Amino acid sequence: MIKIDNLHTSINGKEILKGLNLEVKAGEVHAIMGPNGAGKSTLASVLAGREEYEITDGNVTFDGKDLLELSTEDRAREGLFLAFQYPVEIPGVSNVNFLRTALNEKREYLGQDPISAKDFMQMVRDKSKIVELDSKLANRSVNEGFSGGEKKRNEIFQMAMLEPKLAILDETDSGLDIDALRIVATGVTKLKSEDNATIVITHYQRLLDYIVPDYVHVLYNGRIVKTGPKELALELEEKGYDWIKAEFGE
Amino acid sequence: MEETKKFHERITTDGYTLVLPQGLRKKSFEILNETAFPTTKTEAWKYTRTTRISNGTFQLVKPEINSVSDYLIEGLQGNVLVFVNGFYQAELSIIKDTKGLLVSPLTETTQEWINAHSNQQVQLEGEVFNALNTAFTTDGVSIEIAKNAIIKEPIQLIYVTTGTAVLSSVRNIIVANENSDATIVMGYYGERADSNFTNVVTEIKVKQNASLSIHKIQHENNTNFHINTETVSQDRDSRFSLSTSTFSGAIVRNNVYVHVDGENAETNLYGLYLTDEKQLVDNHTVIDHKVPNCNSNELYKGVLDGQSTGVFNGKVFVREQAQKINAFQSNGNVLLSDNASMNSKPELEIYADDVKCSHGSTTGQIDEEAIFYLRARGISEKSAKSLMINGFVGEVVEQISNEIIREHITKLMAKKLGYSFE
Repeated sequence: MIKIDNLHTSINGKEILKGLNLEVKAGEVHAIMGPNGAGKSTLASVLAGREEYEITDGNVTFDGKDLLELSTEDRAREGLFLAFQYPVEIPGVSNVNFLRTALNEKREYLGQDPISAKDFMQMVRDKSKIVELDSKLANRSVNEGFSGGEKKRNEIFQMAMLEPKLAILDETDSGLDIDALRIVATGVTKLKSEDNATIVITHYQRLLDYIVPDYVHVLYNGRIVKTGPKELALELEEKGYDWIKAEFGE
Repeated sequence: MEETKKFHERITTDGYTLVLPQGLRKKSFEILNETAFPTTKTEAWKYTRTTRISNGTFQLVKPEINSVSDYLIEGLQGNVLVFVNGFYQAELSIIKDTKGLLVSPLTETTQEWINAHSNQQVQLEGEVFNALNTAFTTDGVSIEIAKNAIIKEPIQLIYVTTGTAVLSSVRNIIVANENSDATIVMGYYGERADSNFTNVVTEIKVKQNASLSIHKIQHENNTNFHINTETVSQDRDSRFSLSTSTFSGAIVRNNVYVHVDGENAETNLYGLYLTDEKQLVDNHTVIDHKVPNCNSNELYKGVLDGQSTGVFNGKVFVREQAQKINAFQSNGNVLLSDNASMNSKPELEIYADDVKCSHGSTTGQIDEEAIFYLRARGISEKSAKSLMINGFVGEVVEQISNEIIREHITKLMAKKLGYSFE
């Protein structure tokens, strides 16, 4: 699905990712954990196409295509989805208008006909159930006046609507109470299939109680320094990152 | 003043009939001879230079055009009056016998009616453009809506300017009698027009418990100068709404004066301006609350691109006697270019002590983080900007209650911004 090979990126002359390697196959869930400043959010941003980051070395292949050559919108149309750590409020733009535009631009890119208004509304009703999102929120402006939990649920709702091949959840669990966490995580699990893949970036092990990963990676100082089964997350929760820092610190 | 005297003496009138009463016109010429054009030292014209107008040599020219199909709003069934360069074009107009409605060009209106209704509240002293208008008006519309009449179909007034260095001097007089209800669309368009000057004064009287909505569309060429003044007086229980949508014009200046003379009146002023190139759009509004228990609401929004400049100055007076007034005023702007600028000055002058008034003004750039968010969902950068701009100014367009007019303005908006909606 995605293969990241020796990825180096910097921002304002400071190198953040220093030779990151990662391969995710269809049907897999990968968790990326690590201390603050390790480069977790940078990885998400670079994959989504944020232009502030300079790619100094390395390759990313997404479903056979050179991801780094694609614009942000084309990455999304190819099936990459980033659930934002801080979803943006967009006054005056309704959720449904936004999603219909997104869906139809994706369909046009893939050479498909636009979705009919009727099918679209049915889809909104069905998919909003997955994250227990009040369908009234669909008619409101994107994220405007949403609570923290509603914003994150709205991210997963968008994911459900756009049906990505690869979803990257950037600290989607941060700041959620346990109910919201359960709803968000259950939503993600429901959307999981043999054909798609998920990268979960998180600080907290508790999310992984709900979204069970096949692999846990530790990102530290711009590289993945350790990979293990889901039990690794428990070990990190218990012992913190000092032992990682001691082992891999410079 | 010498400059103003020379300016008006340069205007060639070619023997056309000027319609406003002789005495008023004489007075206007006297005022012109004594009054200078405003400069940027004049507080109300601080950001709007008029030298490109005052240095010009303009002429009155009566042309013919063949069609106004580009300007007609499809779906409206009411009366249509067409004026080209300030002259009425009967063959392009559609006058329908409508119960409770008197509508005609001033040139076909009785002198008694004109005498009775013109210059009720138009300030001439010290106001060059009002005096010029009064001195040179060739035509305009007279509308009287009878007591209790409900005019369902909006009246369309189409003003076209064409030619080079042409002065269009238009006076409109609108009287909405007691309990009446009507909607009027005034569209100003340019056709092969270069450096023309359109100077309009519209006098509006909204009597007791009447409702009147006026929608102004300003779409002349980007070399044209357009000065547009409305004086409105409202009696008790009346409702008046004015929307001003400005798309093009080199200099567009709107002066709106609303005198709220009767209690329990409602006033809504909406404005939308989309500018680019070197356009300057200046909206000056005054709402004067003289009596208690009234509501006024003002919402102006603009999107400025290129090297364009926007000005908003909204003044609300609440006089000492005018208790229990709710007055809200808001101006929001988005600058799409580093070279565009906005000067916004909301002003409240309150002399009463039991009122609810607020004003706010924001000017910012388009939110790049939001653009990225939309792109990350597969929306192109262009569509992302369109969605956001439409979302921003949509709040103004939504206030237009007539669906056909609202859609027409939405289309003009989309065209100007270079995108389309379904």
